[in-house]
Amino acid sequence: MGASIETSTNTMNGDGGSAAIGTAIGEQARPRVSTTARYQRIANADRGTGGESLANFLGVFSLGLGLAQMIAPEGMSKLVGIKDAEGNRGLMRALGAREFSNGIAILSRQQPEKAMWSRVAGDAIDLALLGKVMANPENSRSRALFATANVLAVTALDVMAARTLSMQPRTVANEGADKGIIRTKRSITVGKSPEECYAFWRNFENLPQFMRHLESVTVTGERRSHWKAKAPAGQTVEWDAETLEDRPNELISWRSTEDADVYNAGTVRFQKAPGDRGTEVRVELEYKPPLGKLGSKVAMLWREEPGQQVMDDLRHFKQVMETGEILFSDATKQRGMHPAQPDDKPVEL
Amino acid sequence: MKATCWVAPKKMEVREVPDPKILNKRDAIVKISSTAICGSDLHLYNGFLPMMEPGDIMGHEFMGEVVEVGSGVDNLKVGDRIVVPFPIACGDCGACKAGAFSLCENSNPNAYIAEKLLGHSPSGIFGYSHLTGGFAGGQAEYARVPYADIGHIKVPEGMTDEQVLFLSDILPTGYMGAEMCGIKPGDTVAVWGCGPVGQFAIASAYLLGAERVIAIDRFKYRLDMAREKAGAITINYEEVDSVQDVLMDLTAGRGPDHCIDAVGAEGHSHGVLYMHDRMKQALRMQTDRPIALREAILSCRNGGTVSVVGVYAGLIDKFPMNAVMNRSLTIKTGQCHVHRYMKPLLERIQRGDIDPTFIITHTMPLDQAPEGYRMFNNKEDHCEKVVLKA
Repeated sequence: MGASIETSTNTMNGDGGSAAIGTAIGEQARPRVSTTARYQRIANADRGTGGESLANFLGVFSLGLGLAQMIAPEGMSKLVGIKDAEGNRGLMRALGAREFSNGIAILSRQQPEKAMWSRVAGDAIDLALLGKVMANPENSRSRALFATANVLAVTALDVMAARTLSMQPRTVANEGADKGIIRTKRSITVGKSPEECYAFWRNFENLPQFMRHLESVTVTGERRSHWKAKAPAGQTVEWDAETLEDRPNELISWRSTEDADVYNAGTVRFQKAPGDRGTEVRVELEYKPPLGKLGSKVAMLWREEPGQQVMDDLRHFKQVMETGEILFSDATKQRGMHPAQPDDKPVEL
Repeated sequence: MKATCWVAPKKMEVREVPDPKILNKRDAIVKISSTAICGSDLHLYNGFLPMMEPGDIMGHEFMGEVVEVGSGVDNLKVGDRIVVPFPIACGDCGACKAGAFSLCENSNPNAYIAEKLLGHSPSGIFGYSHLTGGFAGGQAEYARVPYADIGHIKVPEGMTDEQVLFLSDILPTGYMGAEMCGIKPGDTVAVWGCGPVGQFAIASAYLLGAERVIAIDRFKYRLDMAREKAGAITINYEEVDSVQDVLMDLTAGRGPDHCIDAVGAEGHSHGVLYMHDRMKQALRMQTDRPIALREAILSCRNGGTVSVVGVYAGLIDKFPMNAVMNRSLTIKTGQCHVHRYMKPLLERIQRGDIDPTFIITHTMPLDQAPEGYRMFNNKEDHCEKVVLKA
């Protein structure tokens, strides 16, 4: 996967490749392209993750409105001026279910632009229905007018959000989303040399020392290893992985083999940090949760950021490299919330 | 063991809890002899700091005797008498190597939560909410000290607990508040707040060469202490129309060269602005009342320094950034990098440059910690500093 990500980011505009930079600055202080270009690439790869705040707001709005329509269809009908009747309630519930599922689709951040356009389509249906409501003299015309004005305002926001999202470039963050792949990247600075960081990571059997969800990694061949991870409810998941690329002191990339149940692939890059700060360690990871697209949506919803696990692992990598082990407090030695008070339970890795 | 536990805002209980154990190689277990209640503990007591869990053990100012040492600690042995700095710091990361121990990059297991609220995470702190790691504190009979090889200073033979206990926090904190000012001969320093940190900031400003130090508070007994013990010129802000006017008079219109905020998030004043701030705080529209900070900024001379050692827990409102920018003020702040100051300040105590015991007004057994909190919070019985004996 390392290769695929490199190509995708390289094709974007303004990657700084060979064009001269800093030409207004005198020769002796001018930054080198070899220094800035790789950072410009990182900045470019982060594009397309900024326009989602309006969409997220509308997603939450969808969840709320949808819930209200499903739980209290009578109240919602009354609010928009519809005379209460059995058939109307069913319709209101159906509209609520549509609204709710739209909200989930937007918040799962996988192709949110498609979900936003489907909100726009939903707005059109709502407006058409409101037109019918107003045509029927049994209903309250003033309430329906008020509701129509509100829907029109939201429609404008929906179109705005959908257009913004549609114009965003494909990036590491949203690429592969239509295949149900979750992709994430995180980085940390470790106060050790790239050589030391690489050597520790390259011995895959060390990984469970800082990746708390891993039980063990066994090296089974020159390019192959067997991974065992903890899964919910005391289960374990196992798979074989192959090393795709191995550039000493620079980069390691791996992926699960074809027959693995859980698809996952990753790249870790080690780069000397400026000014004796050690090493910039950057991880890109992609995985496909079980149950396909639905599974990945659920996973994305419940963890605000899929990168949280990667970040935890990197933080622990830094701790192990710099101090020798992961630090625990009384409250964090076990999962879940605990008071900051000693207890007799063992450390839960 | 017995430990002081946070139960709910304004409710502390001394409870029986399991003894601490070694969890990491560089841990030590300390049998506590003396511990103190800090002004910043009152922010937890009053419920202004987020992320407390019922049962959390309080306390980050403590000292005692080492009773157990982890396999990774080579400079401590059972029986050593040590004072423990309140920030937990590894000594190996970039921040620690630069001497910024309260910014240790490895000591907060809940760094990801702190990052969400603060942008980046500071170090772990003993007994100071889950935002700084969920570490059990030292207002107890025993405490576990992570990175104990870095986080201690040994107490020289013949010194009392009272002489060295405040090396754990408030003496270095007050000292850093003054040090951050970059005091030059002839400088006038104003200190808001005459709690223990304010008292030590006043004394430290003199140690660092200030010509005059002006102290501002509303409690007569605290102002008396600041004048009689720490040598400050005192202003009771409840007895004057405008603190700023008095400061202008005292400095012939220049304003103090440096202003130290030793108050923090729960400031008071007698004006309309206080009512406005208190109301917004009650309505959760702002979490802190930056009354002292605003006054410090507006009073400070052009190009002067505002040093903030009072604790802020969240967001503030009506921050006079126009004064800071247009008048070239420098703001310096931080949780104290205690490890940096322990040795030099111990030497100052030994030399007789300062006797930190002057702030102690109450000494009581650990059992009475809840009573100590109440008295300290309500400023009852002229309470300035409570030392608990375990």
